[in-house]
Amino acid sequence: MRGTTGRLLLLGGVLCVVAAAAQAEDVKRGGTAVIHMNAEQGVLNPALRASTGVYQISGKFMEPLIDKAYDGYVGVLATEWSSSADGKAITFKLREGVKWHDGKPFTCDDVAFTAMNLWKKLLNYSTTLQANLEAVDCPTPHTAVFKYSKPMPLELLVAAMPDLGHPVPKHLYEGTDILKNPYNQKPVGTGPFKFVEYKRGEYIIGERNKDYWRGKEYPYLDRVIWRFIPDKAAAAAALEAGEMHESGFNGISMEDMVRLSKDPRFDVGPKGFENNVAHSTVEFNLRNPILSDLRVRQAIYHALDADFALKTIMRGYGKPGRGPIPSAAGANYTDEVQTYPYNVEKAKALLDEAGYKPDAKGIRFKLKHRPAPWGEYTQLWGEYFAQAMKQVGIAVELVTNDAPGFLNGVYRDHDFDTASGWHQFRADPAVSTTVWLRSGAPVGTAWSNQFGYKSDKMDDLIDAAAVELDPAKRANLYHQVQKLEMTDLPVIFAIEHPFLGITNKKLKNHHNTPRWDSSSWYDVWLDQ
Amino acid sequence: MSLLVPPLLTYTVRRMVQAIPIIILIMIGSFLLIKLAPGDTVDALVGDMGGADPAFVARLRAEYGLDQSVFVQLWRYMLKLVQLDFGWSYVYEQPVIEVLMSRLGNTLLLMVSSLVVAFTFGVALGAIAARRAYSWTDNMISTLGLVFYAMPSFFLSLLLILIFSVKLGWLPVGGIRTIGAFKTGWADVADVARHLVMPTAALSLIYLAFYMRLMRTSVLEVMDLDFVRTARAKGAGGARLMFHHVMRNALLPVVTLLGLQFSTVLGGSVVVETIFSLPGIGQLAYTSVVKRDLNTLMGIIALSSIIVVIVNVLTDLIYAWLDPRIELK
Repeated sequence: MRGTTGRLLLLGGVLCVVAAAAQAEDVKRGGTAVIHMNAEQGVLNPALRASTGVYQISGKFMEPLIDKAYDGYVGVLATEWSSSADGKAITFKLREGVKWHDGKPFTCDDVAFTAMNLWKKLLNYSTTLQANLEAVDCPTPHTAVFKYSKPMPLELLVAAMPDLGHPVPKHLYEGTDILKNPYNQKPVGTGPFKFVEYKRGEYIIGERNKDYWRGKEYPYLDRVIWRFIPDKAAAAAALEAGEMHESGFNGISMEDMVRLSKDPRFDVGPKGFENNVAHSTVEFNLRNPILSDLRVRQAIYHALDADFALKTIMRGYGKPGRGPIPSAAGANYTDEVQTYPYNVEKAKALLDEAGYKPDAKGIRFKLKHRPAPWGEYTQLWGEYFAQAMKQVGIAVELVTNDAPGFLNGVYRDHDFDTASGWHQFRADPAVSTTVWLRSGAPVGTAWSNQFGYKSDKMDDLIDAAAVELDPAKRANLYHQVQKLEMTDLPVIFAIEHPFLGITNKKLKNHHNTPRWDSSSWYDVWLDQ
Repeated sequence: MSLLVPPLLTYTVRRMVQAIPIIILIMIGSFLLIKLAPGDTVDALVGDMGGADPAFVARLRAEYGLDQSVFVQLWRYMLKLVQLDFGWSYVYEQPVIEVLMSRLGNTLLLMVSSLVVAFTFGVALGAIAARRAYSWTDNMISTLGLVFYAMPSFFLSLLLILIFSVKLGWLPVGGIRTIGAFKTGWADVADVARHLVMPTAALSLIYLAFYMRLMRTSVLEVMDLDFVRTARAKGAGGARLMFHHVMRNALLPVVTLLGLQFSTVLGGSVVVETIFSLPGIGQLAYTSVVKRDLNTLMGIIALSSIIVVIVNVLTDLIYAWLDPRIELK
């Protein structure tokens, strides 16, 4: 009975939203939205590959238990969630009356199967998150109880769900080799769009799901098409020629972004990407005796003019970083940390103090620097780093590689003195941030502690926060992590920046959630 | 017995058989060369995903056979190749042969149309320039050739897009078909042709310049030869002299170049296909290198070597047809 009431209430909610939208602007139905993608995706299953490239496409076909809106977390396939007092049992009430695209009903069996076989075993980042998951019970077809061997903070699980909480249909996956299952390339979900065709190297087509659970009026669009255009200049031209409606995650060059932001046809900016902020970083190899001296690392921080880099590279979209947790993280963030403002004289004094005086040519020491190849920001940030170091008498040799070369050089061979890259924050510090600072990860794991940084205090803080159930205490522990990192400086989180998107204004209701590009787009429509 | 088999066929078959050890050497060399690049496809994948935990990475490596030594991997690969099995692409999650075949058509279409345009216009313009050597026409054509020759194809591509797609809106920015239009029959052919106009132009202009310059020199050279003088004395004039006597002989070096450049065009298509997002072999090669998709890359190399070998044999055959003095042995 409770379930029915909930559904009725929810239905009422949906009707209210519809009424509100209709008042604001007359919604037009139909049309095809064409979206730009830089890179192809081999796997279109968000329960196997946690990456924004996968969500951008599969998020329209498959839905998570919970999504994130500007006013907090909202239920999608789950309607309610609660935790037992000891934090070892977390209960999700699942939405009733939801059907997979092939007509079969969505139940707790699907959630239990996915959680145990995909989220716990196969999905990157999620395997760490769900390491202590022991079982998922289904007391009723629409109640899922997650059983953990150690306390799981509800806050953490909820924050992780929008990205790491997509169920797959059990009846299509059970008893198959999950990694080779053909539905990984032709997803079957519960979302507002049904997968139609993936033409490699060209496009993916999604078509309106007529039986979408939110109601017959959704989705407004008839079709969504993703076009793969690897060349950024060509992609900008396609937007300009009106052949595409949107490009997210810095899909075109900053030069074009700034140019087209002056074109009245487009909306350009970071709105709708708040869930995916990243830091531009300088990463130290503490195995190098010079860099193991804290004064040298402090000097390097003082020699970096974050505001200058922000203006020239990120064109003003971003702000100086304050340690591993970005300001977008809400309660877990604090700005009461030690800072290292731009001050060349102070940097020089610190280097002198550390015993590295300039030689006849004005050079104190040399660094082998690897800039990450993650696109325009990291490349330019690496070059800026070399320039800034020159000012204080540090000679930087840039070693540029493509992605596999960079990851190997830095994470496996530790063949670097400094590296610059970016680090993405994924909703909660426990998902992907703390693993970077904790010691003990096997050598070669990408985005694990490549610095050779080991602090017992840091490890203890991270471990304590991972099982802390009280949100206030948890936030306090993360504030301490942030403060300690800013004192120890194994890595400089120099600039915090959101991703940028460019959207043709014909596309309505765009970027209305903090992870809009990854969301289902049931309410998006085209004004044409 | 051998008299019964046409010499053309024995020649072709022999050349093909000779090519096999060459292709095998190319494959082994390329395999080792690719392995020299730091990192593998799992690294590239993890880079794309923004990280993964160690267990995930180890499981993928084992699944892809990347935990074995390079020579074991090579041996396994060559064994499969002998059975004409190109393996599985872990980036596209499809058999390599399927990935290749779905793109080969587009690349061949682009290559053939570019070479036809380059060859036809190059030869014609070269011959005209030579006929009117050192005149105003010749200078015009030669200067234009120099401009084409000096223009990098990526720049030309972007310039064309800017003018014809963004400013004028006449032609589509990229792709091979209008997505979502689902045209059939002649409407589809016209659609593909419209999409190929700019890529063909961008890829062919530099080769057009090559052929034009070569043809011009070659025609000038042949025009001075004795047999042309004889033909002229015989009374062959204007068009007949040019087409029948001069051009046929002047074409020989151009055909040599055409055969040689077939492989270069394949290389040039990497840039053009990437910019125009044409789903062809060139674009595939580029993404495969970036993603360290070894099997796909090896498949592309095998396919390209086979194409180049076939084109070389064809060139020799055309040679013999153009100049009966050349015998195929």
